[in-house]
Amino acid sequence: MGELTYAQAAREAIAEEMRRDPDVWALGEDLGRGGVFGQYAGLADEFGPERICDTPISEASIMGASVGAAMVGTRPIVEMRFSDFALCAVDELVNQAAKARYMFGGQARVPMVIREPIGIWRSSAAQHSQSLEAWYTHIPGLVVVTPATPADNKGLLKSAIRSDDPVVYMEHKNLWSLAGEVPGDEDRTIPLGAARLARAGEDVTVVSWSRMVHVCAGAAAALEGEGISAEVIDLRTLWPWDRERVLGSVARTGRLLVVHEAVSVGGFGAEVAATVAEELGAPVRRLGAPRIPIPYAPPLEDRARVTEDMIAAAVREMA
Amino acid sequence: MTERRNLDTERFLAHYATMQRIRAFEHAALRAAREGLATGAIHASIGQEAVASGVCGNLGRSDLLLSNHRGHGHTLAKGADPGAMMRELFGREGGVCGGKGGSMHIADFGVGMLGANGVVGANILIAAGAAHGIRLRRSRIGDDRVVVCIFGDGAVNRGPFLEGLNWAAVYRLPVLFVCEDNGFAATTRTEALTAGPGPAARAESLGLAAAEVDGNDIVAVDAIARDFIAAARAGEPRFLHAKTWRLEGHTAADKGTYRPASEVEARWAEEPVARCEGLLGQAGVDPRRLEAARDAAGREMEAVFEEARAADWPPAATAFDDVLDTAPAGGGTTAGAAG
Ligand SMILES: Cc1ncc(C[n+]2csc(CCOP(=O)(O)OP(=O)(O)O)c2C)c(N)n1
Repeated sequence: MGELTYAQAAREAIAEEMRRDPDVWALGEDLGRGGVFGQYAGLADEFGPERICDTPISEASIMGASVGAAMVGTRPIVEMRFSDFALCAVDELVNQAAKARYMFGGQARVPMVIREPIGIWRSSAAQHSQSLEAWYTHIPGLVVVTPATPADNKGLLKSAIRSDDPVVYMEHKNLWSLAGEVPGDEDRTIPLGAARLARAGEDVTVVSWSRMVHVCAGAAAALEGEGISAEVIDLRTLWPWDRERVLGSVARTGRLLVVHEAVSVGGFGAEVAATVAEELGAPVRRLGAPRIPIPYAPPLEDRARVTEDMIAAAVREMA
Repeated sequence: MTERRNLDTERFLAHYATMQRIRAFEHAALRAAREGLATGAIHASIGQEAVASGVCGNLGRSDLLLSNHRGHGHTLAKGADPGAMMRELFGREGGVCGGKGGSMHIADFGVGMLGANGVVGANILIAAGAAHGIRLRRSRIGDDRVVVCIFGDGAVNRGPFLEGLNWAAVYRLPVLFVCEDNGFAATTRTEALTAGPGPAARAESLGLAAAEVDGNDIVAVDAIARDFIAAARAGEPRFLHAKTWRLEGHTAADKGTYRPASEVEARWAEEPVARCEGLLGQAGVDPRRLEAARDAAGREMEAVFEEARAADWPPAATAFDDVLDTAPAGGGTTAGAAG
């Protein structure tokens, strides 16, 4: 065990997997200098410029070339810099990477990890702040992962790199510097598709992912003082998501609140809530952002955020 | 027609046979579309056979090919089994993609054919990436394969053309790009909406050595493809602009109202199969050998058609195969709440 930041944990996962498998490589803009968030720091020194590959500002090519490189047996880690820029490569991800195995009748495998940092990051405004994870959960053929802690960022990233599926891996930009204990064991991976119990509770189940897990945990701590016991589940993987864990929890607590940073309308919270309502008939609620582009000025930007107070208030109303 | 002395007749007899097989396959595919047996869109390549044969005939079995929506000819020339291809067009069991792809997603990884594509221009990036992957592994596993990517003139106006050619040039990738210019992008004449001096000039501006060739002249296509594939294999990406002409509709359903019948008729006089036949005749090849190749192709594709018609539908449960390996923690399906 040692303390690492969320960014360092990811870097360690990549270094370990690249040592383990010579077919793993990473490509994206400015990776040679460590990546724009330092999440590739020092890797070019160890692995050289071919395996830590600096690319032109050609998102469609970064994604599309990775599809071809994956088809011939390499395992690219595809850096999109910001999830917003990955929109320049949607055809390559949605029509090519996600479909190749299926539409060619199982002849192709496209093992690639697509890193798309998400989330509000102070005053980064409408084109550098989005959380678009729900879009990808809608696409058959993609796995979607949204780690919340340094330990998870290492263990989930390692699993993503070892997976033969295309994995959209969405780190939250506001978590890069979050420090936490990270097991040093190189063989420790965290299975994709398994949720994490972030906090046990009795009265209400709160489901979340990515940075918002920490906000939910803060709200749950505050509610404890009022005698309300909220269980917080970190989904970790949005597709495939851990229905059993969520349904099991709500079967006990009898109510569900889903919380995410993304716009509430059409968000993945709707899928979780609908499933719980269909399966258990339990009361459900969602909390997400209003349907506005993320604004720049701090007081305006704050209107796009889901806060601890909002979560606590919603739980109080349900409990 | 250019007269060719010292023609390697056996080589061009092989091309002739391939072109006849492509033509016969395409006729069968068009018939399947007309009879409602091929349920999806069919883009036939009649008139363009010399590009497919001339380029793919210079590839080894393990070399890689990426094609576009008009990919039957390329796929056949790369060595795929026409029976499995035709069953795919019919959406039947035993189709080369299990009936999940159809004509526009035809692929046969067993012969290095990594897929046609339903998105114009998308194959350029995948081809560049396949070449990139090969180069990465070259020092470790001695991989010396080359990648060929064939797309239409319509693709040169999409962004991936710029990105992918730049990519191939900066990383010096073993890839040959072939723009198979059949005069039209669907109902639009190429020159109407393509600015500047053309695809080869665009490629050269990005640092790729490029050439234009008469795509209906099998001898010329074969020669330049051989050179360019050798150069690409050595890490010098190349670009070939092959000018041909689409003699049938854009799809089987296209009536071709955007071009006069007289123009089509005039173009039939320049089609590549008859030109090859003429060359071989001049070179003294016994006409019975040519006839035999044509008849064999016709019989082969007729048999393939009947066999596809007789084949079963794929089992419905296979609709759920090959989506993802990753399963949710509690087990169960990844196909969604309903399935
Ligand atoms: C990105 C994209 N836009 C539009 C289409 C619809 N479409 C299919 S084929 C075609 C024409 C393509 O022309 P070209 O690349 O010259 O190939 P050709 O059909 O002439 O062989 C179009 C517009 C498509 N498949 N993909």
